[in-house]
Amino acid sequence: MSTLDYSDLSTVVDEVLAGQAEASRRNRTPQIVKLDRRQFLKATGAVGGGLMLGFATPVAFAKTAALQPNGYVRIDETGVVIYAKNPEIGQGVKTSLPMLVAEELDVAWHDVTVVQSPIDQVRYGMQFAGGSTAIPMNYEALRRAGATARAMLVQAAAKRWGLPADSLSTQDGVVRHANGTESATYLELASEAASMPVPSSASLKLKDPANFQILGKRVTGVDNEALMRGEPLFGIDQVVPGMKYAVYQKCPAIGGKVVAANLEEIKARPGVQDAFVLEGNGNAMDLLPGVAIIADSTWQAFEAKKALRVEWDEGEASEDSWSNAEQQADSLRNEPGTEIANTGDVEAAFAGSAKQVSGFYRYAFVSHGQLEPQNCTASFSDGKLELWAPTQMPGRGIASAAQIVGISPANVTLHQLRCGGGFGRRLYNDFLCEAAAIAKRAGVPIKLQWTREDDMAYDLYRAGGFHQMHGSVDDDGKISGWRDRFITFTHDGRRPVSGGGMSGGVFPGGLVENVRIEQTAIPWKNRCAAWRAPGSNVFAFVVGSFVHELAHAAGRDHLDVLLEVLGEPRQLGPRGMHTGRAAEVVKLAAEKADWGRALEQGRGLGVAFYYSHAGHIAEVADVSVNDNKQVKVNKVTVAADVGPIVNMSGAENQVQGSVIDGLSTLFNLSVTFEKGRVQQSNFDRYAMLRMPEAPPVDVHFVNSDYPPTGLGEPAFPPLAPAVCNAIFAACGQRVRTMPLTDAGYTLV
Amino acid sequence: MKLKINGQDRDIEDLDQKTPLLWALRDELGLVGTKYGCGVSQCGACTVLVNNVPVKSCTMPVGGLTDAEITTIEGLAGEGGELNPVQQAWVDLDVAQCGYCQSGQVMAAEGLLRSNPNPTDDEIDQALAANICRCGTYIRIRQAVKQAAGRMVAGE
Ligand code: FES
Ligand code: FES
Repeated sequence: MSTLDYSDLSTVVDEVLAGQAEASRRNRTPQIVKLDRRQFLKATGAVGGGLMLGFATPVAFAKTAALQPNGYVRIDETGVVIYAKNPEIGQGVKTSLPMLVAEELDVAWHDVTVVQSPIDQVRYGMQFAGGSTAIPMNYEALRRAGATARAMLVQAAAKRWGLPADSLSTQDGVVRHANGTESATYLELASEAASMPVPSSASLKLKDPANFQILGKRVTGVDNEALMRGEPLFGIDQVVPGMKYAVYQKCPAIGGKVVAANLEEIKARPGVQDAFVLEGNGNAMDLLPGVAIIADSTWQAFEAKKALRVEWDEGEASEDSWSNAEQQADSLRNEPGTEIANTGDVEAAFAGSAKQVSGFYRYAFVSHGQLEPQNCTASFSDGKLELWAPTQMPGRGIASAAQIVGISPANVTLHQLRCGGGFGRRLYNDFLCEAAAIAKRAGVPIKLQWTREDDMAYDLYRAGGFHQMHGSVDDDGKISGWRDRFITFTHDGRRPVSGGGMSGGVFPGGLVENVRIEQTAIPWKNRCAAWRAPGSNVFAFVVGSFVHELAHAAGRDHLDVLLEVLGEPRQLGPRGMHTGRAAEVVKLAAEKADWGRALEQGRGLGVAFYYSHAGHIAEVADVSVNDNKQVKVNKVTVAADVGPIVNMSGAENQVQGSVIDGLSTLFNLSVTFEKGRVQQSNFDRYAMLRMPEAPPVDVHFVNSDYPPTGLGEPAFPPLAPAVCNAIFAACGQRVRTMPLTDAGYTLV
Repeated sequence: MKLKINGQDRDIEDLDQKTPLLWALRDELGLVGTKYGCGVSQCGACTVLVNNVPVKSCTMPVGGLTDAEITTIEGLAGEGGELNPVQQAWVDLDVAQCGYCQSGQVMAAEGLLRSNPNPTDDEIDQALAANICRCGTYIRIRQAVKQAAGRMVAGE
């Protein structure tokens, strides 16, 4: 197989991302440590460069001490600061996580200043953006962090006034005595509170949700105004003294090595300071071989890159071909694959059925296309590395970069910056490793900038795949047998690529009596990895459509069959769905979309449910299809149960965005490969949905009191099957190919 | 050479005339609110106003702009720093997800409203069709343009 190592694809990371890891299922409390002033200054002071870099460095402590019982809160006489621990990639955590702290601290939200925290695993536990885990992993811990500070402020007031603490109450940053005239602001009490003992976690009393002032409300993003002023919030905006601009050219076929390049000619170009070859470290997830160019400006570097001529050794490089893969899949679908799950007896179910249905589903590879192309600023001197990195996985980035430049991770400082989109791409730190290696070799700080063309050519793609489906319904019109022969891809010949592995838990596993899942993998060298709702983002399209195919074969209403499959309300294993919650969102979406109403010719409704990342989500699409296969999506209705909502504005935005992303991907997006090379190079051939095609999206949340779960991903998967089912309802055509443009459909 | 940006004359020494305005703004003048997304006029992240008309700065050489009035996201707020109606609508309606496209979206909307203060839904869609939002915030962008237009018409 490939000589390249793809070892970043650890199963642990995969599980977290697929929403299957334990971590995303329960509130894991990161260790909260009490810091003394000196430690805290040291930690936050590591945010060197301060304001210039878009960080508000905590000002030096004034004469009086600040209250800072943990890494999340700092109060002194000048104000209340709450630290946002995780990378912001557009999922809203820089706002929603601090809201959790502020609620239990009992401050007015507009009095809070939110500051991005340093990377510090001891103080903050895991800091990353992936798997829709931020809310479930932090919901409890961050509320406790706020409650801790509040308790110390109350203690300080009690001591000052000689009153029992339980006679005092708090609101909007003020402590008051119940019946008296005593009152003091948190800012006034901060320095006294700083010397109070930190209360034990067990002694803290958290608010009754009925009394929430901030959680569940519509709170606007903390960076909204700075964004509107064009402030330097993003990775790409960073400038450090003496910095040069770098580009890095890798082999267009992954795995190719540099033989020779016109380096002297490049070095003679205007503004070019240096050009050199890097060997790579043998790991496809870290540093691939290539040629670096260092210039005085981004534009000069880009122009030099266009003039670069490299001779590549492609002996071990990728020869991936999508058209070959399609041909292979066409023959593989007739042969049994490796058994992944097998319950009951599908063959017997088929034999005794009233009707059988087959369908061959296929979907293309797609790219992340996050709008900010990869970039990283790096400075290496005196054995220390400093990185300004828009990454979703900063901890892993520090470890990888340290290895690349040969120093201890303790000598790496990483400043986390707002990311112009993530969608899973920035979980992998190849761009960061490149920046570190280039900075070390160049001897000056550099900002590595990928072009959009680099971004499309060197993405870690969502793998395409193929499913030969076969199913049956019995005499009562009930789904009796279900077989999914899945053809996926593999990097190492042993396990499927990230996001390309099925399990028996995939819907309708555990719900239908006779289910068999088989899997076969085609060898593949181009890197595949997590992409918004990994696995679910494609499996939902297949299974959500095929349930409808069976319902249609049975001559029954899809909604009835779906509810019948879900059955009695019950929890399907510790990580599985709750069928009662599932049924509730299905019914809610149907009701809000007015399911069953009479529609004109060429118009139809389609429904789908999918459970991913612990979220129960149903969607109903309302579409019109004309004779030219032009599809107008009139509306999408979403019903979601993700437990209590933290930020209603952010939550609604995530759902609407997921639906738009879902439509874009369903209709338009595909990357294809020939001779190992990606065939699309920019947005002209990777046509993301634009405003005229964006339908209204009606969002409804079930106000449940289950533990809250994340919302960055789970609203994505149900969209594709809902729309395909609606197309079938509208015109009687079943589309089993994604993107739909490959089947002749266009979104209008 | 000189460029007139946000009402100020800015000197740029020794700049190749072919340099796209985007990189002159970002690398030479430190105006990083204008973003790079594709470099080929496909995404609109780099949208600025040239003589009140939205243009893609990634493919606009600085050489032809010496007599032009250029407006970037940094130049929209009032003298005292107060946000203009378009910016304010974006903040109030919490449009942004990652926010990376939004400076370009705002400039496209600003350009539309300068020439057509009371656009229809269709006109809004067409005017902003050149701008991609990868995060899919189109629904709120549309609302924000309408809200800004409404406030401007009402003279607020
Ligand atoms: S960067 Fe100019 S249009 Fe995309
Ligand atoms: S908000 Fe992320 S690209 Fe528009």
